[in-house]
Amino acid sequence: MEITNEQMERYSRQIILQGVGGKGQKKLLQAKILIIGTGGLGSPASMYLAAAGIGTIGLVDFDNVDLSNLQRQIVHSTNDIGRPKVLSAKESITAINPDVDVVTYQKIVNAGNLKNIIKDRDYDFILDCTDNFPVKFLINDACVLLQKPFSHAGILGFKGQTMTYVPGRGPCYRCVFQTPPPSDAVPSCKQAGVLGVLGGIIGTLQATEAIKYILGLGNLLTGYLLIYDALTMDFRKVKLSRNKKCAVCGEKPTITKLIDYEQPKCEAKR
Amino acid sequence: MSIKADDFVDITDVVCPVTFVKAKMGIEELEDGQILEVKLNEGEPLLNVPRSFKDEGHKVIEVNDNGDGTFTVFVEKSGL
Repeated sequence: MEITNEQMERYSRQIILQGVGGKGQKKLLQAKILIIGTGGLGSPASMYLAAAGIGTIGLVDFDNVDLSNLQRQIVHSTNDIGRPKVLSAKESITAINPDVDVVTYQKIVNAGNLKNIIKDRDYDFILDCTDNFPVKFLINDACVLLQKPFSHAGILGFKGQTMTYVPGRGPCYRCVFQTPPPSDAVPSCKQAGVLGVLGGIIGTLQATEAIKYILGLGNLLTGYLLIYDALTMDFRKVKLSRNKKCAVCGEKPTITKLIDYEQPKCEAKR
Repeated sequence: MSIKADDFVDITDVVCPVTFVKAKMGIEELEDGQILEVKLNEGEPLLNVPRSFKDEGHKVIEVNDNGDGTFTVFVEKSGL
Protein backbone atom coordinates (compact mmCIF):
# COMPACT_ATOMS: atom_id res chain seq x y z
CA MET A 1 0.00 0.00 0.00
CA GLU A 2 1.10 3.55 -0.74
CA ILE A 3 0.60 6.45 1.65
CA THR A 4 -0.96 9.45 -0.10
CA ASN A 5 0.16 13.05 0.38
CA GLU A 6 -3.10 13.66 2.27
CA GLN A 7 -2.35 10.75 4.62
CA MET A 8 1.20 12.05 5.08
CA GLU A 9 -0.32 15.30 6.31
CA ARG A 10 -3.03 13.67 8.46
CA TYR A 11 -0.56 11.37 10.20
CA SER A 12 2.48 13.68 9.97
CA ARG A 13 2.87 14.11 13.74
CA GLN A 14 3.21 10.37 14.29
CA ILE A 15 5.04 9.42 11.08
CA ILE A 16 7.75 11.87 12.18
CA LEU A 17 8.20 9.96 15.45
CA GLN A 18 11.29 7.78 15.67
CA GLY A 19 10.17 4.17 15.58
CA VAL A 20 6.96 4.93 13.69
CA GLY A 21 7.70 6.35 10.24
CA GLY A 22 5.86 5.44 7.09
CA LYS A 23 6.35 1.74 7.79
CA GLY A 24 4.69 2.07 11.19
CA GLN A 25 1.84 4.07 9.73
CA LYS A 26 1.27 1.34 7.15
CA LYS A 27 1.13 -1.21 9.97
CA LEU A 28 -1.54 0.90 11.69
CA LEU A 29 -3.52 1.30 8.47
CA GLN A 30 -3.46 -2.46 7.98
CA ALA A 31 -4.29 -3.27 11.62
CA LYS A 32 -7.63 -4.66 12.80
CA ILE A 33 -8.74 -3.88 16.33
CA LEU A 34 -11.92 -5.08 18.04
CA ILE A 35 -13.45 -2.91 20.75
CA ILE A 36 -15.99 -4.69 22.94
CA GLY A 37 -18.18 -2.07 24.60
CA THR A 38 -18.63 1.47 23.26
CA GLY A 39 -19.19 3.11 26.65
CA GLY A 40 -16.90 5.00 29.01
CA LEU A 41 -13.75 3.11 28.01
CA GLY A 42 -14.63 2.27 24.43
CA SER A 43 -15.50 5.86 23.52
CA PRO A 44 -12.07 7.46 23.87
CA ALA A 45 -10.30 4.25 22.84
CA SER A 46 -12.22 4.06 19.56
CA MET A 47 -11.77 7.76 18.84
CA TYR A 48 -8.01 7.77 19.38
CA LEU A 49 -7.52 4.53 17.46
CA ALA A 50 -9.54 5.97 14.58
CA ALA A 51 -7.57 9.20 14.68
CA ALA A 52 -4.31 7.23 14.62
CA GLY A 53 -5.41 5.53 11.41
CA ILE A 54 -6.19 1.99 12.53
CA GLY A 55 -7.51 0.55 9.28
CA THR A 56 -10.26 -1.67 10.64
CA ILE A 57 -12.13 -1.08 13.91
CA GLY A 58 -14.78 -3.54 15.06
CA LEU A 59 -17.34 -2.24 17.56
CA VAL A 60 -19.46 -4.55 19.71
CA ASP A 61 -22.39 -3.24 21.75
CA PHE A 62 -26.02 -4.31 21.89
CA ASP A 63 -27.22 -1.21 23.73
CA ASN A 64 -28.81 2.09 22.74
CA VAL A 65 -27.53 5.50 23.80
CA ASP A 66 -29.12 6.71 27.03
CA LEU A 67 -29.08 10.25 28.47
CA SER A 68 -27.20 8.97 31.55
CA ASN A 69 -24.38 7.67 29.30
CA LEU A 70 -23.37 11.08 28.04
CA GLN A 71 -21.53 12.15 31.19
CA ARG A 72 -18.65 9.87 30.12
CA GLN A 73 -19.35 8.14 26.79
CA ILE A 74 -17.94 10.87 24.60
CA VAL A 75 -18.25 9.08 21.27
CA HIS A 76 -22.04 9.61 21.52
CA SER A 77 -23.93 12.90 21.38
CA THR A 78 -27.22 14.21 22.74
CA ASN A 79 -28.79 13.76 19.30
CA ASP A 80 -27.94 10.05 19.46
CA ILE A 81 -30.16 9.25 22.47
CA GLY A 82 -32.18 6.14 21.68
CA ARG A 83 -29.99 5.11 18.75
CA PRO A 84 -27.83 1.97 18.70
CA LYS A 85 -24.44 2.77 20.24
CA VAL A 86 -22.53 0.97 17.50
CA LEU A 87 -24.11 3.18 14.84
CA SER A 88 -23.63 6.37 16.82
CA ALA A 89 -19.98 5.44 17.45
CA LYS A 90 -19.45 4.50 13.81
CA GLU A 91 -20.67 7.93 12.71
CA SER A 92 -18.35 9.72 15.14
CA ILE A 93 -15.38 7.62 14.08
CA THR A 94 -16.02 8.10 10.38
CA ALA A 95 -16.36 11.83 10.94
CA ILE A 96 -12.93 11.85 12.63
CA ASN A 97 -11.25 9.69 10.00
CA PRO A 98 -12.89 8.34 6.84
CA ASP A 99 -9.85 6.08 6.30
CA VAL A 100 -11.21 3.70 8.94
CA ASP A 101 -13.34 0.70 7.99
CA VAL A 102 -15.79 0.38 10.91
CA VAL A 103 -17.44 -3.01 11.41
CA THR A 104 -20.41 -3.06 13.79
CA TYR A 105 -21.78 -5.95 15.84
CA GLN A 106 -25.00 -4.99 17.60
CA LYS A 107 -24.99 -8.01 19.88
CA ILE A 108 -24.70 -9.11 23.49
CA VAL A 109 -21.47 -11.08 23.56
CA ASN A 110 -21.81 -14.58 24.94
CA ALA A 111 -20.11 -17.96 24.86
CA GLY A 112 -21.90 -18.74 21.63
CA ASN A 113 -20.83 -15.76 19.51
CA LEU A 114 -17.65 -14.17 20.89
CA LYS A 115 -15.13 -16.40 19.12
CA ASN A 116 -16.92 -15.89 15.83
CA ILE A 117 -16.90 -12.11 16.27
CA ILE A 118 -13.13 -12.18 16.90
CA LYS A 119 -12.60 -14.51 13.95
CA ASP A 120 -14.90 -12.46 11.66
CA ARG A 121 -12.05 -10.17 10.58
CA ASP A 122 -9.27 -12.07 12.36
CA TYR A 123 -8.69 -9.08 14.64
CA ASP A 124 -5.08 -8.42 15.70
CA PHE A 125 -5.83 -6.96 19.13
CA ILE A 126 -8.94 -6.80 21.31
CA LEU A 127 -9.99 -4.16 23.83
CA ASP A 128 -12.17 -5.22 26.74
CA CYS A 129 -14.13 -2.01 27.35
CA THR A 130 -17.04 -3.76 29.08
CA ASP A 131 -18.61 -3.02 32.43
CA ASN A 132 -19.24 -6.41 34.01
CA PHE A 133 -17.27 -9.40 35.28
CA PRO A 134 -18.96 -12.26 33.41
CA VAL A 135 -18.07 -10.70 30.05
CA LYS A 136 -14.56 -9.81 31.22
CA PHE A 137 -13.89 -13.49 31.95
CA LEU A 138 -15.52 -14.47 28.68
CA ILE A 139 -13.25 -12.11 26.71
CA ASN A 140 -10.18 -13.35 28.58
CA ASP A 141 -10.99 -16.99 27.92
CA ALA A 142 -11.82 -16.37 24.26
CA CYS A 143 -8.54 -14.51 23.74
CA VAL A 144 -6.52 -17.21 25.50
CA LEU A 145 -8.22 -19.98 23.52
CA LEU A 146 -7.75 -18.11 20.22
CA GLN A 147 -4.26 -16.91 21.25
CA LYS A 148 -5.17 -13.25 20.71
CA PRO A 149 -3.65 -10.32 22.64
CA PHE A 150 -6.06 -8.07 24.50
CA SER A 151 -6.25 -5.17 26.90
CA HIS A 152 -8.35 -5.56 30.03
CA ALA A 153 -9.69 -2.51 31.85
CA GLY A 154 -12.24 -1.58 34.46
CA ILE A 155 -13.36 1.66 36.07
CA LEU A 156 -15.50 2.34 39.11
CA GLY A 157 -15.87 5.33 41.38
CA PHE A 158 -12.61 7.26 41.28
CA LYS A 159 -10.41 4.30 40.34
CA GLY A 160 -9.46 2.40 37.27
CA GLN A 161 -7.23 -0.50 36.32
CA THR A 162 -5.79 -2.04 33.20
CA MET A 163 -3.53 -4.88 32.15
CA THR A 164 -2.45 -6.36 28.83
CA TYR A 165 -2.40 -10.02 27.86
CA VAL A 166 -0.18 -11.26 25.08
CA PRO A 167 -0.07 -15.04 24.51
CA GLY A 168 3.11 -16.51 25.97
CA ARG A 169 4.20 -13.21 27.52
CA GLY A 170 2.77 -13.21 31.03
CA PRO A 171 -0.40 -13.84 32.96
CA CYS A 172 -3.95 -13.72 31.68
CA TYR A 173 -6.80 -12.04 33.56
CA ARG A 174 -7.85 -15.39 35.04
CA CYS A 175 -4.33 -16.03 36.38
CA VAL A 176 -4.92 -12.98 38.59
CA PHE A 177 -8.66 -13.13 39.27
CA GLN A 178 -9.63 -16.80 39.18
CA THR A 179 -13.42 -16.43 38.93
CA PRO A 180 -15.98 -13.65 38.78
CA PRO A 181 -17.05 -12.31 42.18
CA PRO A 182 -20.53 -13.24 43.41
CA SER A 183 -22.99 -11.18 41.40
CA ASP A 184 -24.13 -9.16 44.43
CA ALA A 185 -20.65 -8.56 45.89
CA VAL A 186 -19.57 -5.73 43.64
CA PRO A 187 -21.59 -2.62 42.84
CA SER A 188 -21.95 -1.69 39.20
CA CYS A 189 -21.24 1.75 37.76
CA LYS A 190 -24.97 2.34 37.93
CA GLN A 191 -25.05 1.70 41.69
CA ALA A 192 -21.67 3.14 42.65
CA GLY A 193 -21.13 5.88 40.11
CA VAL A 194 -18.02 6.67 38.14
CA LEU A 195 -16.11 9.83 37.40
CA GLY A 196 -16.45 10.34 33.65
CA VAL A 197 -12.79 11.16 33.04
CA LEU A 198 -11.80 7.71 34.31
CA GLY A 199 -12.99 6.25 31.01
CA GLY A 200 -10.86 8.82 29.22
CA ILE A 201 -7.73 8.05 31.20
CA ILE A 202 -7.97 4.27 31.25
CA GLY A 203 -9.57 3.88 27.80
CA THR A 204 -6.82 6.01 26.31
CA LEU A 205 -4.22 3.81 28.01
CA GLN A 206 -5.88 0.82 26.34
CA ALA A 207 -5.63 2.54 22.96
CA THR A 208 -1.97 3.30 23.71
CA GLU A 209 -1.30 -0.39 24.37
CA ALA A 210 -3.03 -1.39 21.13
CA ILE A 211 -1.00 1.11 19.09
CA LYS A 212 2.28 0.02 20.76
CA TYR A 213 1.45 -3.63 20.13
CA ILE A 214 0.76 -3.00 16.44
CA LEU A 215 3.94 -0.93 16.08
CA GLY A 216 6.04 -3.29 18.20
CA LEU A 217 7.22 -0.36 20.31
CA GLY A 218 8.16 -0.05 23.97
CA ASN A 219 6.96 -2.18 26.85
CA LEU A 220 3.39 -3.36 27.26
CA LEU A 221 1.48 -3.86 30.52
CA THR A 222 2.06 -7.60 30.26
CA GLY A 223 2.71 -9.01 33.70
CA TYR A 224 1.50 -5.82 35.36
CA LEU A 225 -1.78 -4.42 36.60
CA LEU A 226 -1.79 -0.63 36.44
CA ILE A 227 -4.06 0.89 39.06
CA TYR A 228 -5.03 4.55 38.95
CA ASP A 229 -6.61 6.49 41.81
CA ALA A 230 -7.95 9.86 40.68
CA LEU A 231 -8.30 11.18 44.23
CA THR A 232 -4.74 10.54 45.39
CA MET A 233 -3.41 10.90 41.82
CA ASP A 234 -1.40 7.69 42.17
CA PHE A 235 -0.53 5.37 39.32
CA ARG A 236 0.53 2.04 40.84
CA LYS A 237 2.04 -0.76 38.75
CA VAL A 238 1.60 -4.11 40.44
CA LYS A 239 3.79 -6.93 39.16
CA LEU A 240 1.89 -10.12 38.38
CA SER A 241 3.04 -13.64 37.65
CA ARG A 242 1.57 -16.36 35.52
CA ASN A 243 -0.39 -18.96 37.45
CA LYS A 244 0.72 -22.39 36.30
CA LYS A 245 -2.55 -23.74 37.64
CA CYS A 246 -4.66 -21.17 35.79
CA ALA A 247 -7.87 -22.81 34.62
CA VAL A 248 -7.55 -21.47 31.09
CA CYS A 249 -3.89 -20.67 30.33
CA GLY A 250 -2.20 -22.98 32.85
CA GLU A 251 -0.36 -26.24 32.25
CA LYS A 252 -3.46 -28.37 32.66
CA PRO A 253 -6.36 -26.14 31.63
CA THR A 254 -9.82 -27.19 32.73
CA ILE A 255 -11.54 -24.52 30.64
CA THR A 256 -11.41 -25.54 27.01
CA LYS A 257 -14.58 -23.82 25.84
CA LEU A 258 -16.31 -20.59 26.79
CA ILE A 259 -18.57 -20.30 29.82
CA ASP A 260 -21.49 -17.91 30.30
CA TYR A 261 -21.52 -16.77 33.92
CA GLU A 262 -24.76 -15.46 35.31
CA GLN A 263 -25.11 -11.71 34.96
CA PRO A 264 -26.22 -9.66 37.93
CA LYS A 265 -29.97 -9.19 37.58
CA CYS A 266 -30.05 -5.40 37.38
CA GLU A 267 -27.11 -5.38 35.01
CA ALA A 268 -28.13 -8.05 32.57
CA LYS A 269 -26.68 -6.02 29.78
CA ARG A 270 -23.25 -5.14 28.53
CA MET B 1 26.85 16.04 -9.44
CA SER B 2 29.49 13.55 -8.54
CA ILE B 3 27.47 11.63 -5.95
CA LYS B 4 25.44 8.67 -7.11
CA ALA B 5 22.17 8.41 -5.20
CA ASP B 6 20.32 5.16 -4.58
CA ASP B 7 16.93 6.85 -4.53
CA PHE B 8 15.38 10.25 -5.15
CA VAL B 9 12.52 12.10 -3.50
CA ASP B 10 11.04 15.46 -4.46
CA ILE B 11 9.55 17.34 -1.53
CA THR B 12 9.01 20.64 -3.31
CA ASP B 13 5.31 19.77 -3.75
CA VAL B 14 4.53 19.66 -0.02
CA VAL B 15 4.84 22.04 2.95
CA CYS B 16 5.92 21.61 6.58
CA PRO B 17 5.46 19.26 8.37
CA VAL B 18 4.87 16.97 5.39
CA THR B 19 8.25 17.93 3.92
CA PHE B 20 10.18 15.87 6.44
CA VAL B 21 7.50 13.17 6.56
CA LYS B 22 7.96 12.57 2.84
CA ALA B 23 11.75 12.74 3.09
CA LYS B 24 11.74 10.36 6.07
CA MET B 25 9.57 7.89 4.20
CA GLY B 26 12.05 8.04 1.36
CA ILE B 27 15.06 7.17 3.48
CA GLU B 28 13.19 4.37 5.30
CA GLU B 29 13.24 2.31 2.14
CA LEU B 30 17.05 2.39 1.95
CA GLU B 31 19.71 0.24 3.61
CA ASP B 32 22.28 1.79 5.95
CA GLY B 33 25.03 3.48 3.93
CA GLN B 34 22.84 4.06 0.88
CA ILE B 35 22.28 7.61 -0.34
CA LEU B 36 19.03 9.51 -0.78
CA GLU B 37 18.83 12.53 -3.06
CA VAL B 38 16.25 15.05 -1.87
CA LYS B 39 15.02 18.03 -3.88
CA LEU B 40 13.63 20.72 -1.62
CA ASN B 41 12.70 24.38 -1.59
CA GLU B 42 14.90 27.07 -0.10
CA GLY B 43 13.81 28.66 3.16
CA GLU B 44 12.02 26.58 5.79
CA PRO B 45 12.55 23.11 4.20
CA LEU B 46 16.26 23.80 3.67
CA LEU B 47 16.59 24.93 7.28
CA ASN B 48 14.68 22.07 8.86
CA VAL B 49 14.88 18.93 6.73
CA PRO B 50 18.68 18.46 6.82
CA ARG B 51 18.63 19.14 10.57
CA SER B 52 15.90 16.55 11.12
CA PHE B 53 17.91 14.00 9.12
CA LYS B 54 20.91 14.64 11.40
CA ASP B 55 18.70 14.25 14.49
CA GLU B 56 17.79 10.77 13.27
CA GLY B 57 21.42 9.79 12.71
CA HIS B 58 21.69 10.31 8.96
CA LYS B 59 24.63 12.19 7.40
CA VAL B 60 24.09 15.13 5.07
CA ILE B 61 26.99 14.74 2.65
CA GLU B 62 26.31 17.46 0.11
CA VAL B 63 24.01 20.40 -0.50
CA ASN B 64 23.74 21.92 -3.99
CA ASP B 65 22.00 25.16 -4.97
CA ASN B 66 20.04 24.51 -8.14
CA GLY B 67 19.74 28.27 -8.73
CA ASP B 68 15.97 28.17 -9.16
CA GLY B 69 14.88 28.45 -5.56
CA THR B 70 15.39 24.73 -4.98
CA PHE B 71 18.27 22.79 -3.47
CA THR B 72 19.38 19.20 -3.80
CA VAL B 73 20.60 17.47 -0.66
CA PHE B 74 22.40 14.13 -0.53
CA VAL B 75 21.92 12.13 2.66
CA GLU B 76 23.66 8.93 3.72
CA LYS B 77 21.39 6.67 5.74
CA SER B 78 22.62 6.13 9.33
CA GLY B 79 25.90 7.81 8.36
CA LEU B 80 26.41 9.56 11.72
